[in-house]
Order: sequence, then C-alpha cells, then structure tokens
Amino acid sequence: MFVLNHLWIILALPLLGAATNGLLGWKWPKWAVNLAGIGSVSLSFLFVLELVREFMQLNAAQIPWFQRYFNWISAGVFSVDFALEVDQLTIVMLLVVTFVSLLVHIYSTGYMAHEGGYARFFAYLNLFVFFMLTLVMAANLILMFVGWEGVGLCSYLLIGFWFLKKVAADAGKKAFITTRLGDFGFTVGILLAFWTFHSIDFGTIFDRVSSMPVESATGIGTLTAISLLLFAGAVGKSAQLPLYVWLPDAMEGPTPVSALIHAATMVTAGVYMVARMHPLYSRAPLAMFVVALVGAVTAFYSATIGVLQTDIKKVLAYSTVSQLGYMFLACGVGAYAAGIFHLMTHAFFKGLLFLAAGSVIHAVGGEQDMREMGGLRRKIPVTYWTMLLATLAIAGIPGFSGFFSKDQILEAAGAGPRANLWLWLLGLVAAGITSFYVFRLIFLTFFGLPRYNENKVHVHESPRNMTVPLVILAICSVAGGWFAAPHLVGGSDYFESFVHPVFASYQPQPLVAQQESLAGAASEAAGVHPNPVIELARAVTGPPVIAAALGLLLAWWFYIRKPDAAKRAIESMRGLHTLVYNKYYVDEIYAALFVRPLLWISTNVLWHTIDEGLIDGAVNGAAHVSRGAGGRLRKIQSGNARSYASWVVIGAVGFTVLLLGLWMVR
Amino acid sequence: MNAVPVSYYLVLSAVLFGLGVVAFIFKRNIIAVYMAIELMLNAVNLAFVAFARAWNQLDGLVFVFFVIVVAAAEAAVGLAIVITIAQNRRSLNVEDVNLLKF
Repeated sequence: MFVLNHLWIILALPLLGAATNGLLGWKWPKWAVNLAGIGSVSLSFLFVLELVREFMQLNAAQIPWFQRYFNWISAGVFSVDFALEVDQLTIVMLLVVTFVSLLVHIYSTGYMAHEGGYARFFAYLNLFVFFMLTLVMAANLILMFVGWEGVGLCSYLLIGFWFLKKVAADAGKKAFITTRLGDFGFTVGILLAFWTFHSIDFGTIFDRVSSMPVESATGIGTLTAISLLLFAGAVGKSAQLPLYVWLPDAMEGPTPVSALIHAATMVTAGVYMVARMHPLYSRAPLAMFVVALVGAVTAFYSATIGVLQTDIKKVLAYSTVSQLGYMFLACGVGAYAAGIFHLMTHAFFKGLLFLAAGSVIHAVGGEQDMREMGGLRRKIPVTYWTMLLATLAIAGIPGFSGFFSKDQILEAAGAGPRANLWLWLLGLVAAGITSFYVFRLIFLTFFGLPRYNENKVHVHESPRNMTVPLVILAICSVAGGWFAAPHLVGGSDYFESFVHPVFASYQPQPLVAQQESLAGAASEAAGVHPNPVIELARAVTGPPVIAAALGLLLAWWFYIRKPDAAKRAIESMRGLHTLVYNKYYVDEIYAALFVRPLLWISTNVLWHTIDEGLIDGAVNGAAHVSRGAGGRLRKIQSGNARSYASWVVIGAVGFTVLLLGLWMVR
Repeated sequence: MNAVPVSYYLVLSAVLFGLGVVAFIFKRNIIAVYMAIELMLNAVNLAFVAFARAWNQLDGLVFVFFVIVVAAAEAAVGLAIVITIAQNRRSLNVEDVNLLKF
C-alpha cells in the first residue's frame, strides 16, 4: 500500500528531475543530465507499475482512491485542496503517460545528442511529465486546470525550443494563444460548475449531478452550458475544429516533443477531460452531440488535408488532429471506454510514427520534405519496419492495435445508444483517407528510387538509444489492441471491463436501463449466433476494414504502381487540389478575419492613439509642465547670496504688512 | 519715572536694522556684509533690551547675552573663513565665491 498512501511521489519525481536539470544541468556532463532526466521518469514509471499492482487489490468501494494533502485555497465556501485521485481511468492515463514519456526520454538522448540546450530540453520534458501527471491525478477541477495550463506552458517552451528560429518562436506563441482561446471557455466552465454545485471536487460534483435529470437535447440547460464551456477548452488543447491551427505549426519543435506532447499525451488531455466529466456530458445530450459532431468533422476534415502535405511531420500532425477527432466522436456517442482505448493505442502508434519520422529525418540529415526522400527501406531497416507496423496500426488493418480501437469507435457511432448514421459515415470515410495518406507517407519515404542527393546525404540508421524505443513502441502498437480482441468473437473486452466501473457510475437512470436492454439484446444476439468464427469474419470484413484496404490500394496505385496517375488525378482536379494543398486557406482566413484586424487595432488605436497619445501624453505632459515651471523658477535660485537676502527681506516685509493688515482689520 | 519712551529705542533699533539690511544687500565686500550682519544683530539686541526695561523682565536681557555669545562665536568662525577665502582667492568679493553654484 506504499504508493497508494504516497501518491505524491509519482508527481514529485519528475518535478525533482526538472528542478535539478533546470537549475544545475547546464554545467553537468551529459550522463548526469540523462541520469536526472531519465532516472526520475523511469522511477516514476516503476512507481506507477507498483501503484497498478496495489490498485488491483483494492475492493470496489475503495475506488476512486482519494488522497488529500493540504488545503490550497480557502475563501468562504470556495475551497481547493491539493488532492489526488486514482481510479481505473487515471490508471490507464498514468501508464500511458509515464511509459511513453520514458521511451521518448530515452529516444531524446540520441536525437538531441548534438543539440545545444541539452539539459534545458530534459528539464522541460520532465516538467511536462509532472504537469501531465498532475492533470490526470487531480481530484478537483482547479488542480486539473493547473496541470492543464502547465502542460500548455511546457508545450510552448518546447515548440519554441529553438527560439532563435523565428518560425519556431512564432509557432510557440501561436500554440499558446490559440489554446488560450479555448481555455477561456474552460475557466468560465469551472466557474459555472462551482456556481452550480458549490464545489469543484470531482466526487462532490458527480454526487450532486447524479440526482439531476437528463437535460433536453434542444435547449441549453446548466449542465449543457458547463459541458460545452469545458469542451471549448478541450477543443483548444486537443486541436479540434476550429482551433486546430496551432498543432501543425507546433511541428517546429524537436521531433521527440512532437511525439510526446503533440501526439501521445498533452493533446489527448481534452479527451481525458471529457471522459472524466462524463457524468455531466451524459446528462447533456446537446453537448454530447456537439462533441461527436466536432470530432467527426475534424476527423474527416484534417484527414483530407493530410493527403496532400509534403512535410513528413505535417502529415502526422494532421493525422493526429484527425485521430483526436475519432476520440471525441467516441466520447460524443457515449463510448468513453472506446475513446480512451483509442487514446492509448494512438499514443503507441502515433508516438511511434513521430519517433520513426524523427529517425528518418535524422537519417537524411534534417530533411523533412517527403519529395526529397524515397527508397530508404533498405538503408534504415529498423526505422522502416517499426514505422510500417505503426502505419498498419493507424490504418486499421485487422490484427493491429488501431483496428481494435477504431472499430469500436465506429461501431459505437453506427450502432450504439447514441448512434448517428452521418457521423458514422464521416468517420468511415476518414478511416479510408487515413489509410491512404499514411501509406502514401510510407511509399514516398521508403519505396521507389532515392530522390535525395546520394553524394551529399549519407543515410545511416539511428543509434541504439533511438531504435530501441522504436522497437518497444512497435510491439505495443501491434499488441496494444489485443486487450479488446475477445470482443471480436463475442467475448468480453478486457480494456472495457477494466474501465467500465468508472463510466458505469453516475450514469443517468434511463440510459442505464437502455444500455442494459441493449446488452441483453446483444447477449441474446450472441445466443443466436454462437459461432465465434462468423463474428470474427464479420469484424475483419466490416466497412472500416474495407475502407482501410481501399485507402491502401489507392495509395499503392498512385505512388507505386502508376506514379503518373497521381499527377493526372491532380491535373483533373486542379481547383480542389489547390484548395486542399493550401489547407483550405484556413490560416489565411483566420489571418484576415482575426489576426490582421486585431493587429491593425492594436497598432493604430491602442498603440499610436491610446498609448502614444493618451498615456504617453499624460506622462510626458506632466513632465513637460514641471520642467517648464522649474525652468522659470530656477532663476530665483541664482546662487547670489544678496538676492536671497532680498527675498528674505521682501518676504519678511510682506509678512509683516499682512499681519499688520489683519490686526488693523480686527 | 521720566525716562526716554520705549518707542524711541524701537525706532532707533528699526533704523539700525534697516541700515544693516540695506548694507547686507548692496555691499559686495565680505567684511562689509559681515559688519551688516553684526549691525542687524545689535539692532535686535537694542530692541530686546528696550522691551526688557519697559516690562521689567529679565528674559530679554538673557536673550541678549545669548546673542552676544553667538555673535562672538560667529565672529571667530566667520573671520577664519574670510581669511581663508582671502588667501585662496585674493579677493573679498562675495560674487567670486561661487564654486558650489550650479
């Protein structure tokens, strides 16, 4: 019970690592920085493993396991504790975060080996892990918000890690400011939640919410408003429409950062938050629909952009936005477990895709444009094979992790209690497009003839400390989905049954009945079709698999079989191609609608008129008046003792006359 | 008692003080300025003595002694300064003593 009684250790270790590396690391040798950076995270990971072991021995009544450390803010009825909470959802997140973090830390020792600011990089990474763990373990909204903003800060610092590069610094600012828009909604949502429930503790809120009815799907009730406001924060942090624009730019950061923060962990915080707040969402059908809609549209929309990107990391960035859309779609149709499951498998395969992309970039000497690659298959075999496995996983090829999670999401969207045919269709098409663009990436990068200058670029496989994390993640990408495998043959899904207690509690009553009847129908159906072979055959030939296969075939046709066909297809759809190639001009539209007007107002009104005219005018005016008055008055201070004497005499005479006058008047 | 009325003393004192002021303002020689100060001090002394006599009070007389003591001290310090200035600058003009003037 040691770790359960000392949950803070899991948080404290990365913070300690960040502090030592941040304060002292700059004069340490690399091995010491590695020891502090990796040591702290690996210890944290080991503690999480021990936590899982101890957690399994708890009985259902002890979950969520709650630990309160001290009262942080107390003002009247408003009280914030530094309190941590662990339930099955937290366990999954803790495992994913510490595990992927550890691998990325190890990978970074290779990737960042020749970069400046080595200790600073590890300090930021450790700080990020600390805040991410705070976010997932927080037992109240405010502490969660602390982690939420903290990971945003680390994201900013790490995107702009090469701050001397203007694009990187700008991308960092863009990420920070864009997510801030969503966080405004998040803050207001917290306030509204406090105003409604008089508490910000998850447990108290959920208890109070459980006695509230399900709100109408057409009007905006309190719960719907809170849910939508909190979702605004998730839209910013998890890069959904319309605030996704910062994530592709965030690729200016070092690749391990893209893998850890902008694929595996931080951007999934929004999904985690929605899943955590599920008692509210389940009672707000309108909010649920918005979540599902935003998710499905984003999944489709950014997948289409990914098709024509040429920068290897940009493809993956848009793919991340798209996959996050799937997770929101899952949450929006009430399949929280499927969403979190996809979060986990996505952390593995997308983290791997990014790390492998980093390895490719490393191999070709910093080139990120896929048009300058090609034929790398035999030269960097470990990178190739691991990336291929991740690609199969994300495309949803049966047997790989992405297949299980994506299949569950689409199943929930198509046949769950909140099924919606259109959203399902969007998700399905997006799955096909996903398969197309990831295989396009593989074909362009690893197949065909080399398009880089072979005399100049010396292609080499990455060092061991980079390939080992790749291999480990590849194993997870393949095997990570098999928790859900029995589901295919009509059995129970281990992952879902593990997190089920979290999502089963606080469910609104009518829905519970509905789900039970559905489950009953399902078991009846299972009774009718007891044959697991038929179930399996159905699952692996379902529409998502067909879509994935079509995408794969199309990519193969365009980029391997008939490379000219791609050009002809582009020619025949020139207008559409230009539109998508330029990312639907969203950045330009935002610039025209928001950025430039704001810049104009800031420059011309706020700066030149109000600041320079009014504020500077007042300050300078005061200075001008006193200087003018001083200039006149200093003439009295001539330094001539006799003139001073004259003034004294004049003063004395004047004073006497005044006194005499007063005396005479009286 | 058929003595000189106090107003006579006061007028004399005022005249002496006025002369001292005028001399202080218009003289440029440090010694002369110094003498003007002495003149003003003694005009005030005269007024003190006159009032002390008129009201039969000792306070004014005591005050006069203080003034004389201070004037003596001032004479000692002041003349020392004057000698130093005269030695350093070969001039006794107050307007030449302007080293600290901005």
